[in-house]
Amino acid sequence: MSAPLLQVEQLSKRFGGFIALDTVELSVTEGERVGLIGPNGSGKSTLVNCITGTLHNETGSVTFAGEKMDGLIAHQRTRRGLARSFQLPRPFMSMSIAENIRVPLLYTVAARAGHHVSHGELEDRCHELLSLVALEAKASQYPRDLTQVEMRKLELARAMATDPKLLIADESMAGLSHSEIEDIVALLIKLNEAGVTIIMIEHIMRAVMRFSQRLVVLVSGKKIADGKPDDVIKDQEVVGAYLGS
Amino acid sequence: MRTPVFIVVQAVVGLACYLLFDNFGNDYWFFAGYTVLQYIVLATAWNILGGYCGYVNFGSAGFFALGAYTSVFFYNIGQSLDEMFSESTAALLSHIFPIPVPILVLAGGAVAGLVGLGTGYLTLRLRGVFFAIATLALAVVLETLVVNWQFVGGSRGAYVIPPNSVPVFGPYIQYLFALMMVLVIVALTCARLIERSRLGYGFATIRDDELAAEACGVPTLRLKLIATVLSGALMGMAGAPFPFYIGYVEPGSAFNLSYAVNSIAMPMIGGTSSWIGPLVGAILLGTLQQLATVTISSVLNLLIVGLLLIGFVIVAPNGIVGLVQDWIAKRTKS
Repeated sequence: MSAPLLQVEQLSKRFGGFIALDTVELSVTEGERVGLIGPNGSGKSTLVNCITGTLHNETGSVTFAGEKMDGLIAHQRTRRGLARSFQLPRPFMSMSIAENIRVPLLYTVAARAGHHVSHGELEDRCHELLSLVALEAKASQYPRDLTQVEMRKLELARAMATDPKLLIADESMAGLSHSEIEDIVALLIKLNEAGVTIIMIEHIMRAVMRFSQRLVVLVSGKKIADGKPDDVIKDQEVVGAYLGS
Repeated sequence: MRTPVFIVVQAVVGLACYLLFDNFGNDYWFFAGYTVLQYIVLATAWNILGGYCGYVNFGSAGFFALGAYTSVFFYNIGQSLDEMFSESTAALLSHIFPIPVPILVLAGGAVAGLVGLGTGYLTLRLRGVFFAIATLALAVVLETLVVNWQFVGGSRGAYVIPPNSVPVFGPYIQYLFALMMVLVIVALTCARLIERSRLGYGFATIRDDELAAEACGVPTLRLKLIATVLSGALMGMAGAPFPFYIGYVEPGSAFNLSYAVNSIAMPMIGGTSSWIGPLVGAILLGTLQQLATVTISSVLNLLIVGLLLIGFVIVAPNGIVGLVQDWIAKRTKS
């Protein structure tokens, strides 16, 4: 069996006296589609922040593509292929949609050691990503002109512009309508088929079940289940955590 | 417009101003023009950190004074070679001293840039108002150091006597005016290059959202350090000729609040999103202040800045450049 793409070992994080993550273990293999669920405050976003370097974990370690990530700051992890999208879209408001995509292309793809990317190649990739999320027509507009679903798509396209090996999509469907959710799920599956490993954090179970090949459940900072989605949702501990035992 | 063309255009405009002022046959025009040019450099320098990166620096006076006191330091060494060194060393050093002002400008820029780097390391993990207060504190600390450093004059101040005239330029003020014009060209070219580069995109992401910038691979801390060094160095360069312009420097004048206020107000009034903003703001405010100085009183200078700043913050928060851009956008739509 090949080594996992992402290996989280004994990861813990505290905020003062509050234990946000308690010795979490997570392993993701290349090409997988993993769903990460849990009630509000269960530590999902904290886990993402620790994996991507936005927060520093007190104990445990994160290994990505065979390399220890501990001690690396967020942009260094991004450059190694670990991308994320944010729960609340955080576009660069003073930049056009195309410029929002150009930033990660310039700072990640073009900045990788040994890579020389010409201006033309960058522009082609920019258009390619915008057409992937159906935003090409709005390339010269600004994020303030976008709808909620378009904003989510821009967020995903920007994460994809870093040319990631692993994409962590943090609640990319919050606040969207049924058809918009379908749109985003289809997009994530398309990205996965293109070779990107994806961890999807979500509350919308219909989307989670459709997307995930494996489901991981966090409750109060602890992993309580990890397995096939159909099995996990029948797990008594998971049912208890969601519905109250 | 390509950069070499941009530089040539600036040089032509600068030369035209120089020849026009020279034609008036009165050095006052050069004195007033020098002040406006100095403010263009200061405002442009402030805008690199404050406008492009969104980090408000209240310590501009500190960086400006660092440049000025670097000049005073080397000037005083030149004045006391015989007392400080042995006869042979003094004779050797007398070939170097007095150091030409353009070299002092580079030295002032280097010192202020280094202090900018140190300040950056210490304060850039602070954001918003905390960063602004830290830069203000830096200026206060530097002023206290200078007040207690007798070699550069301490609280009494120091005299710097420039020669009456320089070959080619004639009166010394014309030479300083030309030198400051070169600094304006350097500052504006630098700002314009930043805007159109990868660095400019990086600065803008820092201003918009640092967390998202890091997630896009932008090394935010490194870029902020570059911005503080560039901004600090340009401010120091603007301050280096100041002792030769004014003839007598004391902490109260070099660390004057007006430098901090003007270097913030000018880009805010002109517009912070582009290199044109600080240029427009500095020309407008600098000229108004010079007019007030000769017609009413220089005590009105800060009042003018304050009133204009309040007006622009309310009516046109994106400055004059923003107003023009909005007007063009409306015309294009209709």
